[in-house]
Amino acid sequence: MAPMKLLGSHALGRSKECGGWGKWKVRFLALLVFSFIAGSFWVFSQVEELLENGENVRVSWAEKAHLLHEQFNLSKSKLQSLSMLFTSSDQNCAGIFNGEKWANCKRDYLERLSQILIVCFILLCIALISNGGPVYSKLISFLSLQSQQQYKRQNFKTGGRWRKKILFLGILLGVLVSVWIFFSMNAAMTARRKETLANMCDERARMLQDQFNVSMNHVNALAILISTFHHGKNPSAINQKTFAEYTARTSFERPLTSGVAYALKVLHSEREVFEKEHGWRIKKMETEDQSPVKGDYTPEKLDPSPAQEEYAPVIFTQETVSHIVSVDMMSGKEDHDNILRARASAKGVLTSPFKLLKSNKLGVVLTFAVYKDDLPPNATPQQRIDATVGYLGASFDIASLVEKLLQQLASKQTIIVNVYDTTNPSVPITMYGPDVVGTGEVHISNVDFGDPNRKHEMHCRFKHEPPPPWSAITTSIGVAVIVLLVGHIFYAAVNRIEKVEDDYNEMRELKVRAEAADVAKSQFLATVSHEIRTPMNGVLGMLQMLLDTDLDATQQDYAMTAQASGKALIALINEVLDQAKIESGRLELEAVPFDIRVVLDNVLSLFSDKSQAKGVEVAVYISDLVPEVLVGDPGRFRQVITNLVGNSVKFTEDGHIFVSVHLVEEPNCFHDVSNHLSRQDANDLIENNTDLSQDTLSGFKVVDRCKSWENFRIFKSTAEATDTIKILVTVEDTGVGIPQDAQNRIFMPFMQADSSTSRTYGGTGIGLSISKCLVDLMGGEIGFVSKPGVGSTFSFTAVFREVRKNSIDIKRQQPEQTVPDFRGMKGLVVDGRRIRADVTKYHLQRLGIDVKVETNPNSAISYILDAFSSRGTGHVEMILVDKDAWGEGSGLAFAHPLVELMQNGALKPQKILPKMLLLTTSLSPTEVDGIKSSGYVDCIIKPLRLSMLTACLQKALGVGNKKLQDSQPLTLKSLLANKQILVVDDNLVNRKVAAGALKKYGAVVTCADSGKAAIQLLKPPHKFDACFMDVQMPEMDGFEATRRIREMEQRVNEFIKSRKASADLYGNVAHWHIPVLAMTADVFQATHDECVRCGMDGYVSKPFEVEHLYSAVAQFLESNEVESLS
Amino acid sequence: MAVFQLQQQWVDLISALFREEFLDSQFTQLQQLQDESNPDFVVEVVTLFFEDSERLLNDLCSTLHQRVVDFKKADAHVHQLKGSSASIGAQRVKNVCVSFRNCCEEGNLEGCLACLQQVKHEYTLLKSKLEALFALEQQIVAAGGSLPTM
Repeated sequence: MAPMKLLGSHALGRSKECGGWGKWKVRFLALLVFSFIAGSFWVFSQVEELLENGENVRVSWAEKAHLLHEQFNLSKSKLQSLSMLFTSSDQNCAGIFNGEKWANCKRDYLERLSQILIVCFILLCIALISNGGPVYSKLISFLSLQSQQQYKRQNFKTGGRWRKKILFLGILLGVLVSVWIFFSMNAAMTARRKETLANMCDERARMLQDQFNVSMNHVNALAILISTFHHGKNPSAINQKTFAEYTARTSFERPLTSGVAYALKVLHSEREVFEKEHGWRIKKMETEDQSPVKGDYTPEKLDPSPAQEEYAPVIFTQETVSHIVSVDMMSGKEDHDNILRARASAKGVLTSPFKLLKSNKLGVVLTFAVYKDDLPPNATPQQRIDATVGYLGASFDIASLVEKLLQQLASKQTIIVNVYDTTNPSVPITMYGPDVVGTGEVHISNVDFGDPNRKHEMHCRFKHEPPPPWSAITTSIGVAVIVLLVGHIFYAAVNRIEKVEDDYNEMRELKVRAEAADVAKSQFLATVSHEIRTPMNGVLGMLQMLLDTDLDATQQDYAMTAQASGKALIALINEVLDQAKIESGRLELEAVPFDIRVVLDNVLSLFSDKSQAKGVEVAVYISDLVPEVLVGDPGRFRQVITNLVGNSVKFTEDGHIFVSVHLVEEPNCFHDVSNHLSRQDANDLIENNTDLSQDTLSGFKVVDRCKSWENFRIFKSTAEATDTIKILVTVEDTGVGIPQDAQNRIFMPFMQADSSTSRTYGGTGIGLSISKCLVDLMGGEIGFVSKPGVGSTFSFTAVFREVRKNSIDIKRQQPEQTVPDFRGMKGLVVDGRRIRADVTKYHLQRLGIDVKVETNPNSAISYILDAFSSRGTGHVEMILVDKDAWGEGSGLAFAHPLVELMQNGALKPQKILPKMLLLTTSLSPTEVDGIKSSGYVDCIIKPLRLSMLTACLQKALGVGNKKLQDSQPLTLKSLLANKQILVVDDNLVNRKVAAGALKKYGAVVTCADSGKAAIQLLKPPHKFDACFMDVQMPEMDGFEATRRIREMEQRVNEFIKSRKASADLYGNVAHWHIPVLAMTADVFQATHDECVRCGMDGYVSKPFEVEHLYSAVAQFLESNEVESLS
Repeated sequence: MAVFQLQQQWVDLISALFREEFLDSQFTQLQQLQDESNPDFVVEVVTLFFEDSERLLNDLCSTLHQRVVDFKKADAHVHQLKGSSASIGAQRVKNVCVSFRNCCEEGNLEGCLACLQQVKHEYTLLKSKLEALFALEQQIVAAGGSLPTM
């Protein structure tokens, strides 16, 4: 049990410690991990944003530079202001745009960061809750009562399940968060990409539009030029040559036009004149056979135009398109429509894209109408038509235009641009761009070329697939991994906690079971011991009876051996029973008055044989301050001392065993016992060079006894109850001592210093454990100090009550000891050792002898000589000398000078010679002979006890009575013989049986059948020596009857005292007190107390048992006898 | 020879009484108290017991059959009976008395009546057995033998 307990507690402690530290470590780790994650997120996102921003800025700036460059190239004078305007506005725009973007990014990033932080916080909270959960539940269940253990366990279980659920929820949440992070980041990137695309597309569309518009304006200007210089002047200032030259030189202003041409409006009526004037025929634009226009396109091969209402033959052309001179523009379908629309609207109009003549490229033709005079701004279309004199056309090569534009811009590689004419939305015509169907998102920007009837769109798309969103993937995977890792950590922690909890529960269950088993064991032991004791008593009783019969020597020996064994067995059983009783908490202490000195004398007598055989000196010293009579449990007190002294005797081979009793309050008990007694002799000490450390009872070295009680609480507490007596008992020996490693388990039951101890010395090792328990019960503490090879000192304290004055018959507890013979006598104790002398002095003082101590032989001799002389002031009746007063056998030699003096006659004997007595532990036969010759009257064998000392002194001094000498045990028969005894019982049968039993032991029995009758009979004077009183009687029970008897006696005693009545009247007895013994069937403590309270002297159980009867009767009948004798 | 047989019978009878727990050690103590100075001690005491018990049983009977039962009184009677039966070592009677007293304290009339019947039964049994025993003893003494020691 004990080692298991030890192990359990150790393991528990370790795991607890581990758990506490581990928990903190885990929390700390989690915090670290989270802060790391948060930090990495922060850094990551910041870097990312910076990178993205940088890229954007670079791109936009590069584009702007190109734009600027382009614009600058376009027209220095015109574009100076334009570019300034454009740049500044664009920069503004860019700034705003950038700022917006920054704000967006920042907001985005902050949002994300906060979200991540929230997630982290939630996780941390979950972790804390899951960790803290059991702590709270433990706290709660700790506060609640232990009876809720079952509940607690369930709580633990559910707690564990909840923790796991929360953990899994947390992990799931974490994974979801990581997924969400992925999608949100991905979406943000896509949006950004889309935005970039839109920006680029719009930019391109705008540029295209602007450039187109510039060219268109120039064409318009050209139209005005023609109107002014060709039609406004007569003769015309322009001919083909001038026109070609002018247009060639100004072509840089129309970078997008492949060529310009001017066609004259010619009515059919004017055709003949016109043809003649120019020398060529108006030709039709397309050949009849509609064959595709070839590279060797020549107007000469064209057919002349068929007769029409009007014609628009080209008269001036740029060099690049000189092949269309004389071609009728009205004959081409696209051109025809264009011309009609242009002259009606007075604006530039565009054809739908078509293959240009000769160059065979896709292009559009821009047509402006040339009016002969200024038109009012609000002219009707008809007026415009009428005013038309010709048409200026310019062909735009869209493909090359866009190509050129794109080449000027950066990042043309990344996007694909398509330009469509969407005048007819269902059939868009591709104006530029590869026919490949691009991937991904398409951004559409409207392009306004200034012709309201035509719609154009620019379609942009990225050339490449968007790259996989690596940052989003890595971030989300990182978060997921971290979440899973943290989850794993917590899972492990939760598992660990669960395991520890399970272990804890298991341990507790085991503990409960072990405790239950322990209690069961104790109960079993108690029961079994009791059951064994009953028959053992029978065995012992029978053996005792057998020994009383006539037996021959061998039989006697056998029987005695059997009895001794039986006694040993019953002692052991009693010990076990005590242990069991104490462990099951059933042992209760009595509270009766007792004389502590008598108790100690008894203990010493018990061990005197053994100690004498070993030559070990045993002594008792009780401080004067300890009251004579204490109230407590003498039996248990005696048991403790017996245990301790028994151990000491067992383990001490030579030296001494010294029992001392002091009050706890006594200040000097902290020092050596002799110090306060011998302060006046301090000088002697110095003279004698007595080694203080060796100044022990036997001269052997002892351990420092103060250490044995230094841990006692009783010395620290100062609270004092008024009538409590705190006693400190020390038992000092010079034995083998207790090995250091065994010292901490010395008070455990069944533990001895080591297993060899029981082989060498025997015993069960239960004594000290019982002693400890008993001392605890007595409100004291027990401790010891021991040094192997030097000896041990056990100390214990016990709390008793002081006896109340006027309480009943204390004297009864200490019978016959108050022998008045020695009162007033004077004695001298001669001993070199102060402690020993003090012990002797203590015993002599108990007899009322006035004692002087001499430690120096010379002063002792002179004192004795002084005593011998008649004139001497000091008269002594006895001189006690220790045999080993100043070393081995020196006591014997001490008296030689005296003897010599006496023999010489120098010392005249007085009429009363002081008697010289020798104190010794053992005496060899030769020494016995030498005693008388050395001048000693007798010797006293230690240990000193009151009774023994009394006997010896009486013998030596020739005083005292004979009775003490024949101290052979009185048998029941001798006790009861011829005693007048009254038996009071209402039950006839009981009365008869009790009377019969008492008669058997020779008593003269009178019977009474009720309490009243008993009172009548016991009215003093009467002849009875004792009364046996039944407790339960009708009318007047035993208690009541006793009370009345006592009242009656009290009255009589007062009478006698006050001499109102002569003692003769009352049978010449000075003090009337009849011993009343209760007869009762149930012997409870309560009954016993009741008995004492109403003045009974004891009780016997019904039916009579011989031993009990004897012990009960012996107590007072014997003392009666002594009283009557004395 | 006849004495020996009688003695054998007596031993059988008394050991049966002990075995069947009619009697306990107290009876042995009674026997020990009997000696030359007091040769008929056991018989005297037991006879006393019979008289006393019969009186008590009658009292009990009448007490318990009254209209208003005085349990205290009954208890006192049972206590007496218990005391005397304990004194002579009539174990079975005593044991019934213990439960009888419990019934009285509880005021359980039915229990009391049942106990009364039981006590009567036990008492009669014991009486017949002891009377047989004493008759045997007389025969032994008449035949000039002595009682065997237990």
